[in-house]
Amino acid sequence: MKKLLLSALIFIFSAFLPVSGNFLLAADVEINNVSYDPTRELYDEFNGVFEAKYKADTGKTLEVVQSHGGSSKQARTVIEGNEADVVTLALAIDITEIEKAGLIKPGWQKEFPHNSAPYTSTIVFLVRKGNPKNIHDWDDLIREGVGVITPNPKTSGGARWNYLAAWAFADRKFNHDEAKVKQFLKEIFEHVLVLDTGARGSTNTFVANGQGDVLLAWENEAYLALEEAPGKFEIVSPPLSILAEPPVAIVDAYVDKKGTREVATEYLNYLYTPEGQRIAGKHFYRPSDPAIAEEFKDQFQLKMELVTIDDPLFGGWEKAQAKHFNDGGVFDQIYTR
Amino acid sequence: MAELSFSRENKWLRRLLIMVSFVFITVMLILPLVQVLAQVWDFGFKNFWEAVTDEYTLKALKLSILTMISAVTLNTLFGLAAAWAITRFRFWGKGLLITLIDIPFAVSPVIAGLVFIMTFGRLGWTYPFLEAHDIKIVFATPGLVLATIFVTFPFVAREIIPVLLSRGTDEEEAAMLLGSGFFQLFRRVTFPHLKWALLYGIILCTARALGEFGAVSVVSGHLRGKTNTLPLHIEILFREYHTAQSFSAAAILVAAAILILVFRNILEHVSEKDREF
Repeated sequence: MKKLLLSALIFIFSAFLPVSGNFLLAADVEINNVSYDPTRELYDEFNGVFEAKYKADTGKTLEVVQSHGGSSKQARTVIEGNEADVVTLALAIDITEIEKAGLIKPGWQKEFPHNSAPYTSTIVFLVRKGNPKNIHDWDDLIREGVGVITPNPKTSGGARWNYLAAWAFADRKFNHDEAKVKQFLKEIFEHVLVLDTGARGSTNTFVANGQGDVLLAWENEAYLALEEAPGKFEIVSPPLSILAEPPVAIVDAYVDKKGTREVATEYLNYLYTPEGQRIAGKHFYRPSDPAIAEEFKDQFQLKMELVTIDDPLFGGWEKAQAKHFNDGGVFDQIYTR
Repeated sequence: MAELSFSRENKWLRRLLIMVSFVFITVMLILPLVQVLAQVWDFGFKNFWEAVTDEYTLKALKLSILTMISAVTLNTLFGLAAAWAITRFRFWGKGLLITLIDIPFAVSPVIAGLVFIMTFGRLGWTYPFLEAHDIKIVFATPGLVLATIFVTFPFVAREIIPVLLSRGTDEEEAAMLLGSGFFQLFRRVTFPHLKWALLYGIILCTARALGEFGAVSVVSGHLRGKTNTLPLHIEILFREYHTAQSFSAAAILVAAAILILVFRNILEHVSEKDREF
């Protein structure tokens, strides 16, 4: 009986062995890139290209280890000791948190070109094929019978951009009359059918569950949804939206500890080369380099007017956060259900 | 006899209860698993094979197995020690110890993960020591093993404590009087009685360790190919729209679970036969 059991055990474990033996080869150099959720494909391709280039230049093998998750959560793990050599996150405020923990030196946002954002994105509308509700601009969202899908700005980073983009539009339209701007935002949220907690949840609500007429989404997310369900949706770029600049930074404390500053710097710099910029564009992020962005003019509506978070209207993330999204802020005032 | 007449009088009740059990188990447990496998079937074998032989899926699987083996081995030793202490010695706080063993059942795995972060993370109180000796615990394999140990701790101890308790200490006392040493006593007197319970506990522990998600998710850091276990990998794939890959990887876990259940049943069968002698 013992023999039977023993042989059964050996059989089970030996079934696993062949797959477990293959990966003993370690790279000469290894760096960790702690990133946020939707950059997976981008860095899959970019890392492959950069690793090959590094090998050609130095003769050493490099492995870039990726980590993906919610941007704030990822920043938190870095603060708690997840030794990222570089962080490539969704919001500058998340990198600022790492800076506050003393791991990144102040001034990181000037370390690389374009506010340390090698690629940008913006908020667009994803509508059903043929745009049956004829939605072209922000004020079409509050038309009778239009159902809007967006995540909750209280819990989702992406949703805050949706909200602020709408705010920027209304500020223009109503000539800085804040009472009217708030009324406009209030009406938009009255048209929201489902307020999910995260951007992916909203995309699923719109794409898979078929709820609503328009999804307010990241441009790169909207393109992914197009790829997921070809021929069922189209993207509408409103004339005015907001410019999101997902920043990158070197985590000074960890690269100094590991002695990887040089390769980490080279890695992030490579994002700004024409090759790196094209990979970003291919994965639906807008290249920061205007010349390369121009190559993607059929893909992105480049004529959009894009307001940044540092515009006097918002005054940077911390101010916008305090005014709009903290408890008792403007969002709480207009969204009372 | 009482049971028999009860069930005869309440035929409808008996049938109803049996039906409810079957429907419940089918809807809640079997259908979701079948769903996973059916999805994989839909994606086709080529997709499945590509997904399961993907570099990162294999690394995740390897890491999960490594974590599982470490956690199960350590838990078996801890479980034996704890069960031995509780059933063979008299000491103050014994009842408390038995209760404490169940903590992982009661506490949410997320909290377990957070506790490890608070202890071994950069802001934790042990960090200066770990840093000075260049030891990495959280966001590295040791953290994954620790988190898994925490979550699966009760399985082994819980299985063997009742067996040891119900048997009492007579045989051990006799063996000791006859001059047996500790290891001889354990091997020849105690172990034969608890081996089935122990194996049973190990199997449950294995199943749970392989699938552990919550606590591991907190301490992992999700470094792909380094600290991303198979359950974490499945979730990430799913969220990143790689539905086919995600379900294919999930099928590995489902297959492992089925294998473990089959093995458990064989074991139950064999152990019943064994006990007859």
